[in-house]
Amino acid sequence: MNNLLTTEHLDREVLEELLDESDGFAEVLTRPIPKVPALRGKTVATMFFEPSTRTRMSFEKAAKALSADTVTFSPGTSALSKGESLKDTALTIRAMGVDLMVVRHKATGVAWRLAEWLDIPIVNGGDGAHQHPTQALLDCLTIRQHFGSLDGLKIAIVGDIKHSRVARSDIFAMTTLGAQVVLVGPPTLLPIDPEVWPISVAHSIDEVLDDIDVVYLLRVQTERGGGSVFPSESEYTRRFGMTSDRFARLRPEAIVMHPGPMNRGVEIGYDVADDDRALILQQVSNGVATRMAVLFRLLGGDHDA
Amino acid sequence: MRQVMSAEDLGRVTSRIAHEIVERNQGIENVLIVGIPTRGKPFADRIAAALTEIEGAEVAAGSLDIGMYRDDLDTRPKTRIGPTEMPANIDGRTVVIADDVLFTGRTIRAALDALADLGRPGAVQLAVVIDRGHRQLPIRADFVGKNIPTAISERVSVRLDEIDGQDGVWIDHGGDE
Amino acid sequence: MHDFVLEGGSVLTDEGVRDADVAIVDGRIDAIGQDVGAAARTIDCKGAWVGPGFVDLHAHLREPGQEWKEDIASGTAAAAAGGFTALVAMPNTDPPIDAGHLAMYVADQARRSGRAEVVSAGCLTVGRGGERMAHIDDLWDAGVRIFTDDGDAVANASVLRIAMEYVAQLGGVVSQHAVDADLSAAGHMHEGAVSSRLGMYAIPREADNVIIARDITLAKLTGVRYHVQHLSTAQGVEMVAAAKSDGVDITAEVTPHHLMFDHEDVRSTDSNFKMMPPLRDSRDTTALIEGLRSGVIDAVATDHAPHAAMEKDIPFEHAVSGVTGLEWAGAVTNGVVALDQLAFFERMSVTPARIAGFAEQGRPLTVGATANVVVFDPDVLWVPASTLSKSRNAPYLGRELKGRVRTTIYGGAITYGE
Repeated sequence: MNNLLTTEHLDREVLEELLDESDGFAEVLTRPIPKVPALRGKTVATMFFEPSTRTRMSFEKAAKALSADTVTFSPGTSALSKGESLKDTALTIRAMGVDLMVVRHKATGVAWRLAEWLDIPIVNGGDGAHQHPTQALLDCLTIRQHFGSLDGLKIAIVGDIKHSRVARSDIFAMTTLGAQVVLVGPPTLLPIDPEVWPISVAHSIDEVLDDIDVVYLLRVQTERGGGSVFPSESEYTRRFGMTSDRFARLRPEAIVMHPGPMNRGVEIGYDVADDDRALILQQVSNGVATRMAVLFRLLGGDHDA
Repeated sequence: MRQVMSAEDLGRVTSRIAHEIVERNQGIENVLIVGIPTRGKPFADRIAAALTEIEGAEVAAGSLDIGMYRDDLDTRPKTRIGPTEMPANIDGRTVVIADDVLFTGRTIRAALDALADLGRPGAVQLAVVIDRGHRQLPIRADFVGKNIPTAISERVSVRLDEIDGQDGVWIDHGGDE
Repeated sequence: MHDFVLEGGSVLTDEGVRDADVAIVDGRIDAIGQDVGAAARTIDCKGAWVGPGFVDLHAHLREPGQEWKEDIASGTAAAAAGGFTALVAMPNTDPPIDAGHLAMYVADQARRSGRAEVVSAGCLTVGRGGERMAHIDDLWDAGVRIFTDDGDAVANASVLRIAMEYVAQLGGVVSQHAVDADLSAAGHMHEGAVSSRLGMYAIPREADNVIIARDITLAKLTGVRYHVQHLSTAQGVEMVAAAKSDGVDITAEVTPHHLMFDHEDVRSTDSNFKMMPPLRDSRDTTALIEGLRSGVIDAVATDHAPHAAMEKDIPFEHAVSGVTGLEWAGAVTNGVVALDQLAFFERMSVTPARIAGFAEQGRPLTVGATANVVVFDPDVLWVPASTLSKSRNAPYLGRELKGRVRTTIYGGAITYGE
């Protein structure tokens, strides 16, 4: 594996291996010295063109736990705002001696462009509404830790799927690992041509609640490019929110997940977010472990001969 | 391919090593056995089982992954991460590392680094099925099943029933490292 | 002694397709037949088609104002390599061609380079602003026959209607960039299964279709000669066919890239597949190919749109729309649509010349006519690796094409080949 750009073409074997290795790195994070020397001397650059403290910090923590050095690039203060092209910025940072780049950008396909321009591994930290593969890995790891395996699980992804790179990455990873995914949302927030996706569709959360193992809630914003996509937040909550009442209807083993940051009271009930069966914080700590596994795989443990 | 140890040889050697560990450490109260995946772990389990029989007290073997501690990641084709599970806190204990083949010594060096991050053992000893020579570091085994001088181009395969479906040690001549 | 003899080819003559040699002297076709006499140079045309040089109804030569992308010299060099002897240059230059002297500038620059005949199209509205008619008479007197605000569709139907009426009484052509601005504003690619996978804002077919439907209605009302640029949808083809049956004076073009590629090619987010209108799905591509074959679509037009690397070698959503195509239009059309010689030249040369009003272009070879000729080998397989354009934004580089221009002759002089 030379880059991690998308979950769309990752086959099951590779996914399982990454999750197994993530477990190994999760154990490292529980040690008194939660650090291993595997990537000593390597430098990981994070290039986040969209504001995101959490994901960036997670990658930096992962790199540092592997003893790698990190450098970060923030577009606001850089030459990019003076008109330097993305390509020149990437080449400049590469020339400083960086061994791997994590990139997040509002435009689709940026990670692929970097992979074309540079000779180092690229990790897609999120491109437009397209893919966010490490999020899918940590989500699948969390589910696997709880259920043992994703085979046969029924997973509902609820919310603005149309504009969600998390949803797109999750759909492919989860179905490859054997889960059945149902997308729940108003028609304005579902992707066009859902019949070409390996999923089913529902237009209200109540339809799916009784027979579901994982409810994955996406963050909702009322305004998206081009105007309102649904009438108001309270109407969204009425049809799609994981309220306390709905949470009570779930099977006892079912869990609730959210990629964060949460709008408490909108897509997820105030109290639901704090329940033991809402695994949001576990997702976050799994995020560091899965990103360690990815960095280790790209820089340490797996080279095309 | 020639076989240099049979299944019976392997059983005898495991038993002998277990006895040597007991003798050297005057009992096993303070001793922990830890195997390096992949094949070091079942070897460690067998030593632990033998010790349980000898001493009558339950002994469990842990596993120590060293993939994250290797110094040669750039040149190896693929390094897998295995599980790390210590049966108990290692501070002040005598940790006996178990592995199938001792060769350059780099694996053991990585294991020593890994142990250092997990605690402060009182002592570390090493038990291997085969010592095949060609050390690149000043490392030696305390308990050896068999010393077999080899050519660098040869490949030594320890097979264990738990993983390979059979027991024994074979040597493959020439070709790949 | 002739200047050239084109020997052994299959020639499209004013009496149909036949095997013959063609003799050219002093810029004219001197003889067509079996024993045409000696020549200073003989050009081997065995296995090749010989016919009128290709005519492009739609090329962006970027001069005046954007010469870093292309200029008339480099654009016509690329055109000649693609077998073209005449081009209609689009008026969305800087300044835009909304007055006669600017149109004359373009034609003069082309004459100076001497590689192809270039007539500028003229803006339909002043500054392409969509509010007032451009100086249509002034442009007409300078030789402009096609009027378009290409790059934008005229949004105001009343302005369009008045302009159509005006152009109609002169006998000119109103040519429309048939893509609705509001339906396409936020989008970067075709709205369909691929845009859904990529999560990209996208442009539905209806962006093209609403403009075509509206324009056909107005063309019928005004009686103007109306031309649809770069068709991209199956419904667009159907509407053109229906309008023709209905007696509307309508013609249509399709680009080589819309014949060869579809939205699956955009998965890579390579911006050499970003253009307006976007590449749609395979059903549309099939309808376009069929439409060109049947003649519902009258001509292949390249929409040659050069852009510099700094405008294209960037993330897809930020990249400018447009790809080049002059050098490979014939090859792509030949490889994808597989027309016979007569139909091929009708789409590439004869019909576009008629639409544009070129007197000496697109004519099946006739003794006495100006020698604007192309020798095209329809069977050879090749992979383009370079371009004469200043810009390299082409989706064809590195792809195998079938068919290749061997020689292009403009006004009796070789502009490309041996």
